[in-house]
This record gives sequence, structure tokens and C-alpha cells, in this order.
Amino acid sequence: MNQSPLNILLADDDEDDKLIFRDAINEVKVKTSLTMVSDGVELMEYLQNLDGELPAIVFLDLNMPRKGGIECLREIRNDANLKDLSIAIYSTSASEQDIEDTFIKGANVYIKKPNEFNTLVKVLEEVITINWQYHTSDLNKENFVLSI
Amino acid sequence: MKLHIKYDTVTACKMILQEQLEKLEIPYELTSLGEVELKKAVTYTQHKDLNAALKRYGIEILDDQRSIFVQKIKDTIIELVNSEERLPSAKFSDFLAQKLNHSYGHISKIFSDVTYTSIENFIILQKIERAKQLIIAGDLTLTEIAWQLNYSSVQHLSNQFKKTTGITPTSFQRIIKMRRKAM
Repeated sequence: MNQSPLNILLADDDEDDKLIFRDAINEVKVKTSLTMVSDGVELMEYLQNLDGELPAIVFLDLNMPRKGGIECLREIRNDANLKDLSIAIYSTSASEQDIEDTFIKGANVYIKKPNEFNTLVKVLEEVITINWQYHTSDLNKENFVLSI
Repeated sequence: MKLHIKYDTVTACKMILQEQLEKLEIPYELTSLGEVELKKAVTYTQHKDLNAALKRYGIEILDDQRSIFVQKIKDTIIELVNSEERLPSAKFSDFLAQKLNHSYGHISKIFSDVTYTSIENFIILQKIERAKQLIIAGDLTLTEIAWQLNYSSVQHLSNQFKKTTGITPTSFQRIIKMRRKAM
């Protein structure tokens, strides 16, 4: 079916978290190609100047310097070219209220950063396959919410 | 009399592709010669019609047979789950085997080889998507939705909903309502 690797984008300021994420995504069965940026300003610049295919999914850390995840989410949803992107919020906090708020602001996926590497691999695997189903089965993205 | 013609096959091919894709109302983009990017997943029937239409011009769609078969499996499931009728209580496996005329083992293996997910998961995802649509439409109660989608009880539906999406049906309903208001 889709033989070319899926483009994945991660915005996170923590170098350790980035390395763990990269290792985890390499363990996922679906072939992916990962791009990483270090904060919200860099993320928006990258997306707005992108020449080619948009990423299949963007993983956003909530707390980043210069521009945080929520502000990026708002800008993405208000940008005609970017508004249909799948957005996964990647965060250490997991209060029910935080989760619901993020969904209301337009996030598709809410991931509580797991402590175990193997759990992270499983979580990413699930997010990527479900996201892919939305993409290939013509499902209504507006209804795509997943808290994991 | 004899006419001498000079023709450009590349332009001719592009024109044919454009005409046929537009006729079938398939959104597309011609990326390079020998490649068409479809903006949406096409159904099995659309794929077949396009194939037949292009064949007349000697144009052939090069496609992985297994991907086509998977698309057919998906279409069959989607059609069944989205029908207005109540979901039949017969097993999906029997239904698919009969409808596609292959053993369920064969169907199921190809499906997971190509999609990295099982048919069972795909069916659950489709049923939950249907439940979401019905919840948003607001015409049916959760109990009625559970019956329509042939869950043994409203708890069973709620549990599967929570397990698939991470949130409860009620919370989902609230999120979508507030999101529509906010955006």
C-alpha cells in the first residue's frame, strides 16, 4: 500500500526526550522518516516553509521555550494549509481537564509520556497505525480523538 | 491525401488521465509522468471503473493486487457498519468469507500483512467511528446506538469506546460540541 516512509515531525526542547523518541520510533513496524525541531518557533517556520508533503502526524511537546505546544496548535488549526494535520500532544501532565482542553483546542491525540521505553514504542505504534487508518480509510478527521 | 502528424505522447497521456479522473470525480494531482497522486482513498468500484476507462487507451494501472484486495475488504466492512440497518449478529468472519469468496484465514492474513493491523481492530475502529457519528447526530440514545451496532449492552459499547479512544462517549460528545463552538 503506502510503501514510502511516513513523515513524522517531533517538536520537543529536551534533548534526552528527543533521543528516546527517535529510538522508539525506529522500533515501530511502520516505516517512518523523522524530523525533529526544538521549539514552537522552529516548528512553525518549518511547517510554513515546507516544500513537499506535509507530515502524516506532528508530535508536540506542551512546554517549550519561545512558543509552547498549545499556541502552535492554535496557529496550525487557523492556517488553511495546515489545519488538517494530525496533531499529537506529547506531555508529562495528564489531568483529565488538561486532556479535554487540548482536544477542544483541536488536538487529535493526547499522549502521556510513558516512563518505560517499551510502553512508548507500543503507544507510538498504536498512534501511527490509527492515524494511518484515518488517512487511508477516508474517516472523518474531525472525530479523531485518542487519549493514550 | 495524407496528413503528417507530429504528436506528443506525454501531453496526450496527461490529457487522458485528467479527463478520466475528472469524469469519475476523483480528486487528483499529476505528480510526474507515470504517477498520479489521489487526494482521497478510492473505493474498489472507483478503482475498477478507472482501470477499465484507462485500459481503452492502453494505459494500465500498475498496482499491488494485495492492496486492491485489502481495499475491497475495507469497503465491505465499511458498507456493512455504515448501513442504516441494524448490524447483523452473524459473525463478521463468516460474512467476509462468504462475500469475498475466500477463506477467512486468507483474508485476515493479507489484511494484516498490508495494513499492520488486524481485521478485528479495523472493525472495532469502524464501529466506534460509526458510534461517534451517531452520538454527534444526537438522534439516538447511547442504548439505542449500542443496539444498532449490535453490542450486547450499553456497557459493552462504552467500554470498547473508552478502550479505543481513551475517553468516554459522554466526554467525546462534550469535546466535539465545545470544539465546534471554539473554532
